[in-house]
Amino acid sequence: MKRVPIARILLIVFFVGLLLTPIVVKRVSSARKASATTLDISSAVARHGFHLEEVAHASGIDFVHQGPTLDPKLAHIMPEVASMGASVSIVDFDRDGWPDIYVTNSGEGSRNHLYRNQHDGTFKDVSEEMGLADVNQIGTGVSMGAVWGDYDNDGYEDLFLIKWGRPELFHNDQGHGFTRVSEQAELPPWINANTAVWFDYDGDGLLDLFVGGYYPEDVDLWHLKSTRMMPESFEYAKNGGRKYLFHNLGNGKFEEVSAKMGIVSRRWALAAAAADLRGTGHPDLFIANDYGVSELYLNDGKRFHDAGEQTGVGFAPKSGMNVAFGDIFNQGRYSVYVSNISEDGVLIQGNNLWVPKEGTSGNDIKFENLARDMGVELGGWSFGAQFGDLNNDGTLDLFLTNGYVSLDRKRNYWYDFSKVAGGNSSIIGDAKDWPGMDGRSLSGYQQKHVWLNDGAGKFVDVAQAVGVADTHDGRAVALADLWNRGVLDVVVANQRGPLLLYKNTVAPENNWIEFALEGTKSNRSAIGAQVALFWNGQQQIQQVSGGCGFAAQNDRRLHFGLGKNPQIEKVIIRWPSGKVQTLNSLAPGKLYKIEEPA
Amino acid sequence: MSQPATTTPTPPTQQTAQWKQFLSLDNRFVPPVFITLILLVGHFTFGILESYQKTLLAIGTSILAELVLSRIFLHKWPHLASAYITGISVGILLRSPAFWPYALCSLLSITSKYVLRVKGRHIWNPSNFGICVMLFLASEAVASLSIQWGNNLGAMIVIWALGTAIIWRLRRFHICAVYVASFIALAFLRAWITGDPWQSEISPITGPEYQLFIFFMITDPKTTVRSKLGQCIVVFFVAVVEFFLRLDQSIYAPLYALFMVGPIALLLEMWMNARRSDVNAPAPA
Repeated sequence: MKRVPIARILLIVFFVGLLLTPIVVKRVSSARKASATTLDISSAVARHGFHLEEVAHASGIDFVHQGPTLDPKLAHIMPEVASMGASVSIVDFDRDGWPDIYVTNSGEGSRNHLYRNQHDGTFKDVSEEMGLADVNQIGTGVSMGAVWGDYDNDGYEDLFLIKWGRPELFHNDQGHGFTRVSEQAELPPWINANTAVWFDYDGDGLLDLFVGGYYPEDVDLWHLKSTRMMPESFEYAKNGGRKYLFHNLGNGKFEEVSAKMGIVSRRWALAAAAADLRGTGHPDLFIANDYGVSELYLNDGKRFHDAGEQTGVGFAPKSGMNVAFGDIFNQGRYSVYVSNISEDGVLIQGNNLWVPKEGTSGNDIKFENLARDMGVELGGWSFGAQFGDLNNDGTLDLFLTNGYVSLDRKRNYWYDFSKVAGGNSSIIGDAKDWPGMDGRSLSGYQQKHVWLNDGAGKFVDVAQAVGVADTHDGRAVALADLWNRGVLDVVVANQRGPLLLYKNTVAPENNWIEFALEGTKSNRSAIGAQVALFWNGQQQIQQVSGGCGFAAQNDRRLHFGLGKNPQIEKVIIRWPSGKVQTLNSLAPGKLYKIEEPA
Repeated sequence: MSQPATTTPTPPTQQTAQWKQFLSLDNRFVPPVFITLILLVGHFTFGILESYQKTLLAIGTSILAELVLSRIFLHKWPHLASAYITGISVGILLRSPAFWPYALCSLLSITSKYVLRVKGRHIWNPSNFGICVMLFLASEAVASLSIQWGNNLGAMIVIWALGTAIIWRLRRFHICAVYVASFIALAFLRAWITGDPWQSEISPITGPEYQLFIFFMITDPKTTVRSKLGQCIVVFFVAVVEFFLRLDQSIYAPLYALFMVGPIALLLEMWMNARRSDVNAPAPA
């Protein structure tokens, strides 16, 4: 170094500046987080347009989820492998016009609960009398989730129970009880699944059913033949459970057609949802896989085509745990939110917000991940998330729950986890090679995220400010206007934790409109029906879903926030049958019950 | 990471020499070609790069920084193999959803070569320095979990075989061998101490992070001592420090161990060389 000293001094200053850069970035980021303080109801409503108050106990709900206890050979890592099963789905099972809540339990012999809406702000557990409680008997596996759909078009929502174990189909007997019809439906004897979706993939007016396996179906987690049942890779595993596509034959029976229809995969599916992403009239199927890439199966009406890599969503392997669709820009196109893992200094996968690329459509549709740009990337060990207009301002917000295993606050399992996660498949794939957790946490006690869409391309986290301060190990999130007030309430199912019910208070000047659809030629649940609402020179699309998020299902009724002084121009409903219906002269502040025209 | 040392083989016969020259690369290009191969194979078989742009940003920043700093401070155009390896290593080892950590890490790595120097030698392996600083100071933005190209046995064997052949050719295989042997022995000792399965202690060395660490970081000629015995001793101490860091549950133990041991070893060597020079210097008349 023979240069004049001034250059060297400048170089040293530059170098010190580089060293200080991450510290400055961290400070700025911390300052932003610190500003998110808790507000009282009126302040939160004034500032953000809404406030969420946890009212489960006051509403008569004191449900605490129990986790399973699997084969003793897994005892040393039990909290990690028995870490799912808390789920929530919204259904009006008795057609009284008020949403009810079904939650799963996962302890052997534990009871699932069906909370009937009492119309007075409270709920009553009617699962025993309805025959939906005792569904986790020893030897039959335990519940992992539930999705509702009227598979026989009798007007009452039936229940498919997702299990690590014997999958169950329950027929709704006109809201007076449920009859188990799993054998008649010819379901397989055992599936270790965490996700299922009702959708009419072939448009024949009958709901079909997709089920995504997690552990292989020949594994009985309570009686392991071998401890070699873990994923063969942390990001490239293809040794999980198979996928099932049950075609509804219309006589109470289902035919398994996954291979015939082009869905062949042994990735570790954790979440799936269906939506017509390309405007073809046929629902496409999006699967978020743990330990690998997501899969997107495009539906041409006759067959599914794996287009994950081609569309951009199936290239970078992560730990997919959620699929939620939302028209976040009010442009009439769905974006897809997939949750993953982020842990400071260990693993920064980042969640994905897949937004359709400008200028791409149809079979050439491409997605780009805008999670970082829009501020919804880092959510901890993320699980369930749902889009919904929480403050009725006319844009879709995002509620995300998270947290994996909360045990000892001071000791964590990440070091041991990382040792094995990077190792050879012969090591990671064998449970006996995993070090014991010994009461340590793994991404536990995490703060939830409530991201408010500012309508200008950014989401801002307001969770604590609006009253969401819990740090349970969240799994499933479901949205519904539980008390018919024109606002979206939030129900959160926590693993080995309480069911939380966040009652929403929204700024009264923000308007809304809701739609309850019923198919005639289409499936009666109207699953797959899409409503396009045009107001104040903008449009938003939403669809009736047969299961989305993680182990969750929102209310079938569609809720649109409209903001202040809305002028509703028209509503176009595209039914799964292909029929298009246009409605004019609609007024805000109402729930419209629409039956598919003949 | 930087490129392993080059050697001058014994001249063969003219015909063989021409033939070999046709087939072989300048030794300085071997490591860049090897690491590029790893990257491409990893990407096209496993898709290890979430973003081409991030890797290109890391490489571009690294090369640009090397060009500028070398012109200003060394008054010459540098050979870019080392900067290329640094950039590509940052692109592979660093994991962040953001772009800025890739540029910053590359800049830190290359700049450290020109700032942290003692008697004309830079004392930290550039990418080791950059990545460690990022992990220390920006843990909320970056990570380096060793899962980049899966847990596949085939891929592992191919990379180990290729890497071994190349390192053998560059006459630095002894460094890798001592480190691997030390790691494995100490892994068993750790398993005995912690009571964890020995497979879990061996597990890290079967992953991709170690493949890069072993073939590109600990063999860096610019930041290792000169003598063969010294190199073996140093790398053994890297494994020992890593052993203690692992007992303390440090996820990035190997990177941190090299970060600590590397400069100390170089400074010691310089001190010993200086003493030897003093002793051998003729007494003043």
